[in-house]
Formats: sequence, structure tokens, C-alpha cells
Amino acid sequence: MSLEFSADSQRKIADLCERYPSKKPVVLAALHLAQKEFGHLSDDALRLVASTLELPYPHVYGVATFYTMFRREPGGRQTLRVCTNVSCMLRGAYPVLESFERELGLERGESNAEFSLVEEECIAACANAPAVLCGTRYFLDVTPEGVREIVQYLKKHPHPEGEVA
Amino acid sequence: MPTERGTKVVTARFGNEDARTIAGYEKSGGYQALRKALGMRPEDIVNEVKASNLRGRGGAGFHTGVKWTFVPKDATDVHLVCNCDESEPGTCKDRELVYWDPHLLIEGMIIAAFALKARVNYIYIRGEMMREVEVLRRAVEEAYQRGYLGDSVLGTGFACHLTVHRGAGAYICGEETALLNSLEGERGQPRLKPPFPAVKGLFGNPTIVNNVETLMNVPFIVQNGGKWFSDLGVGRSGGTRVVCVSGHVQRPGVYELPMGITFREIIDEVCGGALPGRTVKAVIPGGSSMPPLDADELDVPCEFDALQTDERIKVVQVRPGQDFDMGGGRKLRTMAGSGGIVVADDSTDIPMFVWRIMKFYAHESCGQCTPCREGVAWMEKVAKRVAYKKGHPGDLDLLGSIAHGIAGNTICALGEAAAWPMMGFLTKFRADFEARMAQSTVVAGAGGGRAA
Repeated sequence: MSLEFSADSQRKIADLCERYPSKKPVVLAALHLAQKEFGHLSDDALRLVASTLELPYPHVYGVATFYTMFRREPGGRQTLRVCTNVSCMLRGAYPVLESFERELGLERGESNAEFSLVEEECIAACANAPAVLCGTRYFLDVTPEGVREIVQYLKKHPHPEGEVA
Repeated sequence: MPTERGTKVVTARFGNEDARTIAGYEKSGGYQALRKALGMRPEDIVNEVKASNLRGRGGAGFHTGVKWTFVPKDATDVHLVCNCDESEPGTCKDRELVYWDPHLLIEGMIIAAFALKARVNYIYIRGEMMREVEVLRRAVEEAYQRGYLGDSVLGTGFACHLTVHRGAGAYICGEETALLNSLEGERGQPRLKPPFPAVKGLFGNPTIVNNVETLMNVPFIVQNGGKWFSDLGVGRSGGTRVVCVSGHVQRPGVYELPMGITFREIIDEVCGGALPGRTVKAVIPGGSSMPPLDADELDVPCEFDALQTDERIKVVQVRPGQDFDMGGGRKLRTMAGSGGIVVADDSTDIPMFVWRIMKFYAHESCGQCTPCREGVAWMEKVAKRVAYKKGHPGDLDLLGSIAHGIAGNTICALGEAAAWPMMGFLTKFRADFEARMAQSTVVAGAGGGRAA
């Protein structure tokens, strides 16, 4: 099955190509847009990025699999990124992550239709540890007891990452 | 929020919602330094920055003005790239700086670009910082609308373009040559140096890569002069220092402080001290890649040179009795790094804490150099079994020797970023590791210390 970018994404990619001396530097942006539109980066999505930017498929594959934000398998509509790096760890990040696992019925690294639960490295919110990121929204000074409220809030006010492509 | 202590430079607009828009920024004095700079000769701006003793705030602490002079004199297609890939564990200043004062960064970049004669410029921002991507994109658009960016900045004929380039999740892209590869649409793997980016960088052109906080200081240097900025600091380090204090203190936060304030003052006076009933045990002085300080070393100043040379800081060892040699007999104490200060108190499980640091660097190794790819993953495995009471006889020396084998043998500093804290924690907290080894359930001779 061959995929097509929406008119909006095609326009964004064309505009970005004007900002660089060649099309290759637009690959990350095009991959972000493809993930936004198709939910994950299937082989077909990678082929679409390759043909749009006139790049070899293996190059696009190599880039897509290097960066952790790109996913090759379907995931949840929203991604919960729970930092467990040192600053957050000292402030109780692992009990917070375990609380998310219980609340969502997911283990770290797993997804359901609504959420992907990711054990994240430092998200640069160390002064308010433990910190959790969902799209453009940071949750700060999170406690295991506060996890349910965060999940309920996000179900009502979703923050999919694709909003910023 | 910063406490009232000393002069505020780059955090002066923190908390001021109005100044986050271009109108509010202009009202609070914004873009005046740019007008002044456009009336100066580019080389005079470079000289002021040199005189200011501004040093890179991303980690290495290199003199910014000196870095700028590395661009060949006759170069035409020069690029300026802002490194906003903040991902060093414990570091959260650039994200706050960008959120509160996006136009200060843009103004600093236009001035720096004018001084460097750089017309096509980029901000490389971490992929996860989606909120800040939006903040910066909106601010850049505003700056174009007002004529601060475009084919003729404020009608002067100086063309300056700026594009926000979003990454996609890779710590290594904070290393400047990996960042340039990533910006070019490659995997983010570091390049061999030389050639240095100032000679051959982005798209093969001379390129200066500067950190967010570094560039935000530039408008103030232009406005007030290099000497003013140098006098704000101490010794060869000009200006203030933005630190991010996290972990076991009463008031963690992002604080702009006088250069040279001691760690004890930061912890006790600025941050309200240790948590109730606790005492400070270990302090990471500038992001998790820096060797730690112990409780006896907190009276040293938080300043680039002091952290490398102050003799009150113990020398990092490979194993007891053998100092680590950085090359040419240079000893390693620690470094100021990124300003990420992580405070761990006496409740901290040090072996587990160190394993978490190793887990991070093992995950983030780009895989290009064998000593880093294999060595850091090996350290992670051994550190984990030590932490979980499964250590094999000789594991502590093994960790030191793996770290020693990595340091200095890789293209970029990610290898050191893992090796230095490993050796540093073993040097200063060996008793914690030995106590854990004494609890190990692995019988001598049964496993073999060399297995990994």
C-alpha cells in the first residue's frame, strides 16, 4: 500500500526545503510529519519520506532507527515520558513510574490505544523532579498518588506529540 | 525562580509573561543591543566578546571570543548554530531560558551572526522539547515580521536567516559535530576533529556552535562592554553562572548566581540546605558526566578553573594508588560542565545511583567507537550486578580498568562522560561499593571476574 502526505504536510516539507541547501536536512521533520499522519513509521512511510526528499531508502531507514522518538510499530495516541534519570530518581521517580504502570495496566515500553508508557532519560526539568512529559505538557513534582489525576486529565485533554511536527 | 543574590543577566526576565512576546521584549529594552551592534564593526564585537571572558555554558567552558576567531578571515559562507539540545542529566537551564526569554536568544544570535558574517543560521533544539519548539518558532516568526531577521536586518543590508531545527531524541546530538551531522539529515554520529567546525562544519562551511546561555549573554556584552561582563565574574571566567540544582535540597531550582560562589553556599544559602535530618553525601557539580564532589569538598568555588585545579578536590584514580592520567601527566579533579548540580544525601544508594548513570550512557552511546559502544555497556552490566549484590570478586578494579580503557580512546567525549563519573565515584565512595561487594551472594571462583 503506498501512502501520501496530506496537502498540509506537503506544503510544510516544501517550505522547509527552502531553508536548507538540499532536501536531506529535512529528513527529521519529514519523519516527524509522517509519524504524525500515519501513527508510526512503517516501511511504506519510510519509502514515502525517501521519495519525497529524493533520498535512498536505506538512508531514511538508518536515520529513522537511530533516533528514539521515531517508532516503527503502532503506539498509543499519547506518549507519557516518565523521567527516571538521576535527579528524578533521587526524588522518587521509580515509584512514580510503577504507579503509572498500575494505573494504565501497562509495563514500561508498552502501549494501549490511548497511551504509550516510556521510561525516559533526562527531560530537563530536574529542578521539579520527578518530572513527566506528555506532548507540550510537563507534569512537575509528581507523586505516585498524583498519577491517577494526570491520567484522567490527559484522557480529557489529550496532548499527542504529533501536534508539534 | 532565582533568589536575590548578585546581578541578574540572562534570567532577569524570568516570570515576566509579557516579555515573552516581541512587543513586551522590546518594551523591556530588547533589540536595543542589536541596533548598537549593527553600528559597530564585526571585529569590534568579536573583540568585546573576547575581552568579556565569556566561556561556553554548554559543558566545555571554552572561551567564546577565541572560538569565534577560529573562523578563517576570508570565509564567505559561515553558519552560526545554537545548541539547544540540552540533555545532560541534571541540567535544565536552557529549556527555562528559552521558555522565558526566547527573543534574548534570537537577539544574541543575530548579533553573533553579524560579528561572524553568518547569514544562514539554525537553532538545533531537542526533539522532546515540544513546548519550547513552539515558543521558538513563534518568536522567530515575530522577529522576521519586525525586520530583525530577513534579507536586510533593519534595513542595513545584512542578511540573516534563522530556522528552528527539531531533533528526534538522541543525547549524542548535543556533541557539536554529531549535532551538525544530525542537522544535515544524517544519523547523529560525531565527526573526527580536526577539521574543527569553525573551519569545516555545517554543509562543509565554517560553523560556530554555541550554547543557548552563551549566546544570551552576548547582547549584554555589546550593551555594557566586555570589561563590565568580565568584572562580573572571577579570574578568567566572565559573567554570572546559571546553575540547576536538583536532588536532595530543600529548594531545588534554576538560579543565576555570582561566578565563584561555593557549593556549600549554593546548597545551604540558596537552596535552603539538605532535607530535614539528612546530610549531603555526594554532589555532581555539572551534569552526570562530571566526577562528583564529596562532603569535604564543598567549599570550592563553582567556577570553570577552580573545579579543574583546586587542590582541595581529590584527584580521580583508576584504582587505589593509581591516579588517572588525562594525557601528558594531567590529573583529573572535576569540571564545571553544564551547570547541572545534583545533590545526593546520606540516604542515597551510591552503587545503584552510579548504575543509573551508566545505564544512561550505555543507552546513548552512538555505537561508532568500539571502546564506548562495548566498554560503556560492559561497565553498565558490571555496575548493575555490583549494585544488586551479585558482584564478582575483582569487579571494582574491573570497573576502573574498563573506564580507563575507554577514556581518551573515542572520537567524542561520550566515552569520558561515562568513564569519569565511574572512576570518580569509585575514588571517593569506595567504601560504599566495598560494603555492597561484601554483601554479594556470588561465591569467589564460581563466576569469574572477567565474565560480562
